[in-house]
Parts: sequence; C-alpha cells; structure tokens
Amino acid sequence: MTSEVGAATGGADPAMEGRFKTELVTLIPHLRAFARTLTGDQASADDLAQDALMKAWDARASYQMGTNMKAWTFMILRNQFYSEKRRSWRQTQLDQDAAERTLVAVDDPQSPVALDELRMGLGMLPAEQREALILVGAGGFAYEEAAEICGCAVGTVKSRVSRARRALQGILETGAYDRDGRPAGDAMNSILAAAEHLGQAR
Amino acid sequence: MMMSYNGGGRALEREDESAEASKRAPRRALDEARLRQQAIGVKLRQMFDRVVNEPVPDEFLDILRRHDEQAKGGDDK
Repeated sequence: MTSEVGAATGGADPAMEGRFKTELVTLIPHLRAFARTLTGDQASADDLAQDALMKAWDARASYQMGTNMKAWTFMILRNQFYSEKRRSWRQTQLDQDAAERTLVAVDDPQSPVALDELRMGLGMLPAEQREALILVGAGGFAYEEAAEICGCAVGTVKSRVSRARRALQGILETGAYDRDGRPAGDAMNSILAAAEHLGQAR
Repeated sequence: MMMSYNGGGRALEREDESAEASKRAPRRALDEARLRQQAIGVKLRQMFDRVVNEPVPDEFLDILRRHDEQAKGGDDK
C-alpha cells in the first residue's frame, strides 16, 4: 500500500522499518540454510546470505508489508547467487570443490550416516531440481511460492520436485553417490531406519 | 464408506475382499514407495533445520546494526 511512498528511502516510516527489521531478523536462519544448500559450503553460504540480507534491507521500500517476506528474501538470495555465479567463470569448479570438502568434512561425528548420504545424493541432482526440492520439501514453501522464487511456472516446479524425488530415491537405493571408493552403503535403509527411530522418539 | 444393505450386503462385502486381495500386492509396493519418500522428506527437513537452528553469526546482526547507526547519525535533529 505504502510502498510507493516509502520508495523515497529517507522518508520511510520508522515504525514500518522497525517491523520490517524485526521480521527480517527472524528470517536470517532460514536464509543461511537456503544459502548452504545452494553453495554447498558454510563460508560462501554465509557471504551469500549476508549479501542477500543487505540487498533485502536496501530494497525494503519495495517490499509490501503483509506479503510473504520469506519468499521475497529467498528470491533475493537466489537472484544474488545466480548473478554472482554468472559473473565468475571459475565458480562452477569452486562450487564443486567446496561441495566435496563440505560433504566430506563439515559434518560432526555424531551426525547420522544417512544425512551425509542425503547430502551427497542431493549434490548429484541438477541444480534446478535440487533447489525446487529444497524449497518445497524442506523450506516449507507451497509450489506457487517456490515458482515465484525461482521465476518459473508452477507446473515446472511440480515436475522438478517430482523428478528430484524420484532421482534422489534412486541414487540412495543404488548407492550411486560418490563415496571415495568406499563400498556403497545401503543409504535408503539407514534413512528408513532413522525415520522409524524418529517416529518412535516422538 | 460402503452402504450396507440387508442380505445382499454380505455378498457385496465378499466381492470387495477379493478385489482387495488382488490390489494388495501393488498397493504394498505403493505404500513402500510412499514410505521411502516420506523418510527422505523427514531427512531433508532435518538437514535444513539443522542449519536453521545454528546460532546466527554476529556479522549478520552487525549488518542491520550498522544501518541503525547510520540512520541515527543521518537524521540528527
């Protein structure tokens, strides 16, 4: 409603800015998590999330209060990620190296095996399938919101998610993910076991 | 979900049972597939939520704090 008026940043309503900021702060952990899935490693993920946070703050006048701020910030972060990626020709290789390092190293020893395997499996999916699956399957977005974030049609998101699900299950069942030459474990079974365990714990 | 009649209801039920039996095998496979997808879904959320639940590094809040200070310095009345 007031976005046009607020566009003159100097004249923004301080109460409105306060509310905006409060909500933005609650989204930081989610932005970090989404960034982590895009970049694959913690350091560049946090850089990305910080850039997105700054961008979101600077663009606060164009945000319409009452609309979905989480989706709005995720879109900013995603755009930031892909525009940086386009700028840097070395990025693809860096991403891969970083992903490998993270996948192997970052996890604490207590982490269940299944999580590592899931990360490796995710790493093998095409980027657009991975992000669709993360947004819908972990981020809690509706297909429509995910479509808005990714700038594509709802049907496209649906088909990406379902292809991602099928591919991921296949990867986990066959142990097709890269395991440094170690024998492929039965990732699917450990995931099933972990899920059962979770079910009992609750 | 079935409306049950008086006498004919029995036969109808029995028919249902045999239909069930022939459907059972594919259904079991379907349930199994669904279970696997659910298990993957649970793990996926768990993986994401682990990062969400990490403490936020100070740098993030510093970004917004810096804006506050700028704003304060800016409209010094």
